[in-house]
Amino acid sequence: MSNSARPVTSVAHGLQLGADGGKASNHPLTVNPPTRSIPSPAEVARLAASIAPPSGWRLIVAKISHLWLVALLLLIWEFASIVAVRSSPQIGVMLPPPTAIYSAAKELLARGELVPNIVASLTRVLTAVGVAAAIGVPLGLIMGWTPRFRVAIDPLIEFIRPIPPLAWIPLSILWFGIGNVQVDFIIFLAAFFPIVLSSMAGARDVDVYLLRAGLSMGARRGDLFRTVVFPAALPMVFTGLRVGLGIGWMALVAGELVAAPSGLGYMINNARTLFRSDIILLGMVLIGVLGLVLDIVIRQISRYLMPWYNRQ
Amino acid sequence: MAHLEVEHVSKIHITRKGDPFLALHDVNIQVGKNEFFSIVGPSGCGKTTLLNLIAGFEKPSLGEIRVDGELITEPGWERAVVFQEYALFPWYTIFENVCYGLKRKRVPKAEQKELAEHYIQLVGLARFKTRFPRELSGGMRQRVSIARALAVNPSILLMDEPFGSLDIQTREYMQDELLKIWQCEPKTVIFVTHSIDEAIKLSDKIAIMASSPGRVAEIKVVETERPRDPTDSTMVRLAVEVKEWLRTQISMAEQAAVEAASPVARG
Repeated sequence: MSNSARPVTSVAHGLQLGADGGKASNHPLTVNPPTRSIPSPAEVARLAASIAPPSGWRLIVAKISHLWLVALLLLIWEFASIVAVRSSPQIGVMLPPPTAIYSAAKELLARGELVPNIVASLTRVLTAVGVAAAIGVPLGLIMGWTPRFRVAIDPLIEFIRPIPPLAWIPLSILWFGIGNVQVDFIIFLAAFFPIVLSSMAGARDVDVYLLRAGLSMGARRGDLFRTVVFPAALPMVFTGLRVGLGIGWMALVAGELVAAPSGLGYMINNARTLFRSDIILLGMVLIGVLGLVLDIVIRQISRYLMPWYNRQ
Repeated sequence: MAHLEVEHVSKIHITRKGDPFLALHDVNIQVGKNEFFSIVGPSGCGKTTLLNLIAGFEKPSLGEIRVDGELITEPGWERAVVFQEYALFPWYTIFENVCYGLKRKRVPKAEQKELAEHYIQLVGLARFKTRFPRELSGGMRQRVSIARALAVNPSILLMDEPFGSLDIQTREYMQDELLKIWQCEPKTVIFVTHSIDEAIKLSDKIAIMASSPGRVAEIKVVETERPRDPTDSTMVRLAVEVKEWLRTQISMAEQAAVEAASPVARG
């Protein structure tokens, strides 16, 4: 054990044992003040500024700089298409350049054909998924909460669910003819099952301690459902709605491709008969973009309705 | 007639494999009005099961539990519970959480506000009443949990290892706060803990439980005036006695388990 007169410093900044070093058992710990004075608010602000994230144009650059690969691929595509057209017109039809998509958009806008088709598709998906949610969410919640009800309905659901929505197309045409109702029906089927199953899981898996807390505060069946089960299940309900909307959107496109009087699928099909591959690609891009937008919108809605929820 | 009477209560659980398991055997407890009654014991001795039975979340397989002579059939605000995991409703603010029980009791709005604010103030969280539980620390959440249980003015306050999830400093602070609140607004408290020091510091009576099967081995009375000095000789002797006893219990249980699993026992 060292006997030097040098005080022993511990790892803790400013904390020193008694000056006799090592023989501290009878000495109280002394805490020395920090060797640097506490910075003034101005100094703290300056320090913060030096580590601040970028703002202004630097921020924009930071946010889009990872898209360099996408931009590069678009350029290669553009170049390849132009070269291909020069060598053979047939290839030009098969893969138009990205710029052709843009001019197709301008053309259809001018002819007033673009917006009505977009609106038609969006209205269709929102109505059909809306109906699926209106029926599916309450049904799923009640199934999750009431075991007797669940075991009765479950076999029906498990039997119908594996049948792909598109397999219903022939029957739905027989029932509803070709038109909006028929396509709506297909979308409804596609969105219904994820919504029901998610809502059911949400209601079934409520934290037992939350249920007990409600019970010990005197909440009973209906009250307990409204104030505990429903809010607790809401995150799962929204997951179901997101998935249902996504699958519904895909079913919409397929349904419109097969038989529909309007919409983006109809627009693509029409373009195919006219060998307008630029319009086909435009339609596909719009489908992708709108699908993404719908997902973002529903995520924002869920964030607004559930301010308490900590997403993992 | 005692305030809470647990008479010859046994509880059998069926395990996942279908085997019956005797969780509690012939438990007899009498708790007087406004008594602070702790239940201590090693893990698995059935103290939480006993609390669940008193709360009404489960029914005893044998025996009866009575409050003021009336049989317990279901949970209710007369036996409000404070859980170890807080169990606060994340979609309600602190204020709404504390109001929850009052709403179930159909208390008029103005009185709800008054009572909720009183108890939020009592646990020292008046500044946070519009916050959500996720914005609060563990100790703060537990205080809200206590306020919520107190707000409904239960005749028995049930606490299941309420300070178990807290660090030692916060835990000791909360123990003092709880005592202050309890001395200010006396209630019968059933307090489950595995900390003997905590039980000795807080309680009038301590039920010491053993496991396999879960049963009450002894009920010790602590008569010292509060606040209690843990270095006082009576306290120290009691603590040593109880800890010694529990240690023997645990080693006996472990020996029994080893013997049951040995090839000789299986024949």
